[in-house]
Amino acid sequence: MKQQPSLSLNRRAFLKTGGLTVSSLVIGFNSAQAGSELVNLSERVAEKALVSLEVSPLVILENTGKIILMAHKPEIGQGTFQSMPLIVAEELEVSLDQVEIRQAMADKKFGNMGVGGSYSVRSEWANLRKAGAAAREMLTQAAAKTWNVPVDECYAREGKIFHKPTGKSSSYGALTEIAKTLDVPKEPKLKDAKEFRLVGKPSKRPDIPAKVTGRAKFGIDAEVPGMLYASVDRAPVMQATIKSFEDTAAKKIPGVQHVLKAERKMNKNTFQGVAVLADTYWAALQGRRALKVEWDNGQYGAFNSADITARFKELAKTDGHVDTNKGDFDTAFAGATKKLEADYELPFAAHAPMEPQNCLASVKGDTVEIWTSTQLPDDVQKETAKYLNIPPENVMVHVLFVGGGFGRRLFLDQVMEAVYLSKQVGRPVKVVWTREDDMAGGPYRPATYSRLRAGFDGAGKPVAFQHKVVAPSINDTQFGSKDPAKRQDDGAMEGLKEAPYDIPNLRFNNVFADVPVPMGWWRAVYSATTCFAHESFVDEMAHAVGQDPLAFRLNLIGENTRMKNLLTFLREQSGWEKPLPAGWGKGVAFWQFFAGQAGHVVYVSKTDKGVKIEKIVAAVDCGTAVNPDNVRSQIEGGTVMGLTAALKSAITFEEGRAKQTNFHDYQMLRLNETPPIEVHILPSSESPIGVGEPGLPPAAPALANAIFAATGKRVRKLPFDINDLG
Amino acid sequence: MAVISLTINGKKRTINADPQMPLLWAVRDVVGLKGTKFGCGMAQCGACTVHLNGKPIRSCITPVSTVANKKITTIEGVGSEARLHPVQQAWIEEQVPQCGYCQSGQIMSAVALLNTNPDPTDAEIDQAMSGNICRCGTYNRVRKAIHRASDMMKESALKTK
Repeated sequence: MKQQPSLSLNRRAFLKTGGLTVSSLVIGFNSAQAGSELVNLSERVAEKALVSLEVSPLVILENTGKIILMAHKPEIGQGTFQSMPLIVAEELEVSLDQVEIRQAMADKKFGNMGVGGSYSVRSEWANLRKAGAAAREMLTQAAAKTWNVPVDECYAREGKIFHKPTGKSSSYGALTEIAKTLDVPKEPKLKDAKEFRLVGKPSKRPDIPAKVTGRAKFGIDAEVPGMLYASVDRAPVMQATIKSFEDTAAKKIPGVQHVLKAERKMNKNTFQGVAVLADTYWAALQGRRALKVEWDNGQYGAFNSADITARFKELAKTDGHVDTNKGDFDTAFAGATKKLEADYELPFAAHAPMEPQNCLASVKGDTVEIWTSTQLPDDVQKETAKYLNIPPENVMVHVLFVGGGFGRRLFLDQVMEAVYLSKQVGRPVKVVWTREDDMAGGPYRPATYSRLRAGFDGAGKPVAFQHKVVAPSINDTQFGSKDPAKRQDDGAMEGLKEAPYDIPNLRFNNVFADVPVPMGWWRAVYSATTCFAHESFVDEMAHAVGQDPLAFRLNLIGENTRMKNLLTFLREQSGWEKPLPAGWGKGVAFWQFFAGQAGHVVYVSKTDKGVKIEKIVAAVDCGTAVNPDNVRSQIEGGTVMGLTAALKSAITFEEGRAKQTNFHDYQMLRLNETPPIEVHILPSSESPIGVGEPGLPPAAPALANAIFAATGKRVRKLPFDINDLG
Repeated sequence: MAVISLTINGKKRTINADPQMPLLWAVRDVVGLKGTKFGCGMAQCGACTVHLNGKPIRSCITPVSTVANKKITTIEGVGSEARLHPVQQAWIEEQVPQCGYCQSGQIMSAVALLNTNPDPTDAEIDQAMSGNICRCGTYNRVRKAIHRASDMMKESALKTK
């Protein structure tokens, strides 16, 4: 399959096309939102240039034979660059090497172009299938018309329509002219899952050859003639303001062109900085190092991690917002024969994608051109327009490969920063953050503190269960809260509500904790921390009544057959019931939340003072697995990120600033520390659901539960040292 | 500023740059080869790995003046899509990359390892590859791909014999 990450026209391709009269059949939606109607866009394509189309051209068939499928979501490593066009190709009856996948630029015709919440494939599954099927039906009708035969004697396969009785065939390209004149079927017939040729089979990703040869272009690789590089000295305490700065030495560095105040708008917050703009990035960096900036930290310099635990503990005594209340927890807990209570403490974390934040912006009058790595191309367009008070169509956004998102690139501060600087100096400006900028710049995954209580009856059956989450609010720190009495983020309850345990008296509390630092959506969001507390505590409950932790969970699942099936599948695939070697322990955890559901079984063996992870077995129910190999990849990655957060560094604050600055003190799990990870996909013909995030939440609690099984030590605070459990 | 002559992927290039400029920025911004990536700037993550006379180095902390006239190889010099190096081929077979940003560095470390040790054990892979961070968590596939590349290289060596 061909792939064009670069959006510039290849001259040779242009000349080739230029010599022919190209006629296209374009099938799209009147908007890319679910439930929207398919329309034939061919006339509009003929009328206007593609970039100014009003609607979404997802499938473009040319009479030259070229089949173009648009990738209208950014590729951040999750695989949608292939998986979404693959769904169209399935219904269109073409193989992947017959199509060209083209990355779309930001345009409202594509509707929501954002990637987050493990949402892309499942939200577009129906639309993409419909688009492919409609085009296939129109081509089939066109063939029947040409041959003057009944439509039901014709079928599509591998980019051709065949006439069954005679065996004659015609390519899609040859049928495009006629197909274009036909009505778009409103409800095209979708294929039966049994007939799938692409969906459900492992297939190789087309972006990978470019990524192993250094040819893939990421945001940081963009450049245009005449651009300046920028490095911005930012307040170490994010909200600090500039008192004064001294730039004489900076301006003496050869290549330095401008030193000016910078601003970085991240939703409701705008942070200050001093930017050095130069001919090379190295000169900009040196200039920045030569700056002397005096900052006013205001009230923000008083924030310390050391105080947070104490504050969270105090808050855990309050009720906060009672989010879920089933039965009568207080009475049931008071009357319980056996009681269990525990607190869990989870830290702040940074996203730390490998590609540092960056953006190239070129503001010219009332138009802007942007090249960046983002999870939200359409928001980049809208927010830039709002920021500069210009129409969105004046903002052209080039979508490049993204060197890791994990939620960080759902924030557009790096874009606003580049736009601001380019506007000030009237030249294209490429801002490249250092790793230190990235680590200090937030936003951070919220730290959470959980207090859990459970009560059992005389027979050892759980009758009362409470999970109270003390959590800063992502929404409040980013957007503010209209009602001062409702500052808690409902997201903090996201997975708890879906936890499948059927206990008669149940209460979930959401206690708001005010923090002066911007919080952000981190892979798996609140589930990345609350699942650890919840699933570790359920393990404690199982041990408290002397039951097998997996059997205990299975018995507690009520109506949620999906989770029951997943856990049963995980039990089988992990060999849970097999005897273990001496010194080994096994642990299980699973989780269902907005993104989907997965579970892990972790095997550990005792070492001198800690444990070694011998093996991890993960199971995921993602409905239909569009590309099973990519599903496995995502679950492997989620597992590693979960382990990293459990075993490596946390972000801590000292006098208002993050203490960690780079990978030496904010460490990542490395190859030599990564255990074997097996991923099993629950066979399913349900519609697809998420795979980007579900692999993360259960990994850490499954590990902690295995550690308890092997050593009797219960881990209630992350991160911890796996080699020295204390 | 100084005139520095570099040999990158077999080609001689003369650049005018600050002698202290790290090789990384010289390669990316002056020479224009964007495959080598910036990750940390302090030799912690390996995204900027290139070869200096065949040995892997971190270009983000290597002043460009110190590598004048020495043989530098970047990811672009390892192989192209038309002529893939066995390591790159193995990377495709095992579908290693996710976001792909760190993979140039991973591949440079792997190629250097296999050049000196054609049949590495898991422990030797641990040693050679633990300097390269992948935030997407592709490590197990990296390991598998190195073993696969090793097999491929041994096979082709047998054939040429």
